[in-house]
Amino acid sequence: MKILVQGKAQGIILKSNDPINFLGTVDKKTGIISDENHDLFQKSIKDCILVFPSGVGSSVGAYTIYSIKSNNSAPLAMVCSKADLTVATGCALANIPLVIISDEEFLSIKNGEKISLDTKSSNPLVFLGN
Amino acid sequence: MELTREEESALKGEQGEILQMAYRILVATGEATDAEKLIPIEWAHLSGVNYNTIGDAGEEFLSGISKDARVKVKTTLNPMGFDIDNVSNYGLDENFISKQLSIKNSYETMGVTPSFSCIPYEIFDIPKDGTQVAFAESNAAIHANSYDNLKTNKESSFSALASAITGKSPYSSLRKEDTPNVTIRMKVNNPNELTYGMLGFFAGKVGDTSVNISGLADMDKRQCKAMCGGMGTSGTCAKFLFGDGNSDCEKVDFDEKEMQNVHDELNTAEKGDLITLGSPQLGLNEISDLAGKLKGRSFQKRCMIFCPRTVKEQARKIGYTNELERAGCEILSDCCTCLTPLINKDSVDAVTTNSIKGAFYLKNSTGVDVNLKSLSQIIEEETR
Repeated sequence: MKILVQGKAQGIILKSNDPINFLGTVDKKTGIISDENHDLFQKSIKDCILVFPSGVGSSVGAYTIYSIKSNNSAPLAMVCSKADLTVATGCALANIPLVIISDEEFLSIKNGEKISLDTKSSNPLVFLGN
Repeated sequence: MELTREEESALKGEQGEILQMAYRILVATGEATDAEKLIPIEWAHLSGVNYNTIGDAGEEFLSGISKDARVKVKTTLNPMGFDIDNVSNYGLDENFISKQLSIKNSYETMGVTPSFSCIPYEIFDIPKDGTQVAFAESNAAIHANSYDNLKTNKESSFSALASAITGKSPYSSLRKEDTPNVTIRMKVNNPNELTYGMLGFFAGKVGDTSVNISGLADMDKRQCKAMCGGMGTSGTCAKFLFGDGNSDCEKVDFDEKEMQNVHDELNTAEKGDLITLGSPQLGLNEISDLAGKLKGRSFQKRCMIFCPRTVKEQARKIGYTNELERAGCEILSDCCTCLTPLINKDSVDAVTTNSIKGAFYLKNSTGVDVNLKSLSQIIEEETR
């Protein structure tokens, strides 16, 4: 596991198997995904632990992550299977904890599970069941 | 990543929120790119200036941090959306102008030199060989690494901003010794700047962080810039090395067929409603060359010329500006073909240009068709 942005969070997992293009497909005010081809279409990423493969698209998307945080609509933490600079810098700007996990760990994570994340702990991800 | 005690302290927030955020960006970028430490840099060049690209979120962010953030090293700036000297001729809406001026003001407050240029390597003195810099503009990063003996990663606008504020950058990829695993063999005869732009565009698709290029003839400055611009547009590659590379390097030919593929991808119109020159912006020698080539001829349609403000001022003093304006050119500083709102698909269907970088953004961001022609072809066919 790689820690890109440090921090602590506890919450419910919202998992997507699609990459997210933050610029243009995530509403800056509500955190709702507006891309109808996305598996999180019409869902809000607010206050969840967002698990998704990686970010895609313009690096300006980092500002979108900063905006949703300023509007209190951001996830509590993000977990990706691949590091990309848009999500890394966006989470750094917005101070949202971000970790990168292996493909196997990604596959084993289930939507709706409760999880505790603490990047300072020797075991940063603890699953707390449904 | 190993941090010094002072860097750790800044990351914890002991030196204020701005430095904490800047170090968060550097650490996140460094961890994502497998850097083992941060190193000092001497010059940062920032992107993320045009309101057209960073929008309200960017404008608000910069306005917020500019209250406290100050740059620590020499910091220069990419083009913005327009040239304030003549913006009133273009019918741009008030909101765009005021938001763009707010962005300009924020950067100036932070201590950034308002150069509004994508060719910092041409208008500023180049530091000594091997100097570490952080250039967010892709063509400038490639030019710095390939021609100017400087070292930069392919930066994002945020990592370069964080580097400007801290004077540090992650020690990753192109700052270290780099051995490309691909060699591109140039096989097209009699290349002009358009050919080199297409070669760069092809190289950017084939390469990962850097590529070898063999078979190049002597190139002039315009052709070098065209190749850097083309490569920065199509991928993540930020350096070319000249020569065949190691014997185990994969060899890929750039021939007439590959060139035609790039041409077909970007050339979507038989003719343009207007002409643009400058992406990357034109330097003084290109302006002088153009004035010389026109020799009393005039453009038969609008021709927009983009250059840095310092170049526009020098050109005016020397008298090139008079000659270009006589020929019907509109000379614009502080902005560039790429993403300027001065070219608008509501009033323009297609643009003629010799720039591959310009063509890519005109087509994909501005949303107009593109007609590719070399400069000599433009002068031959579009002036009388």
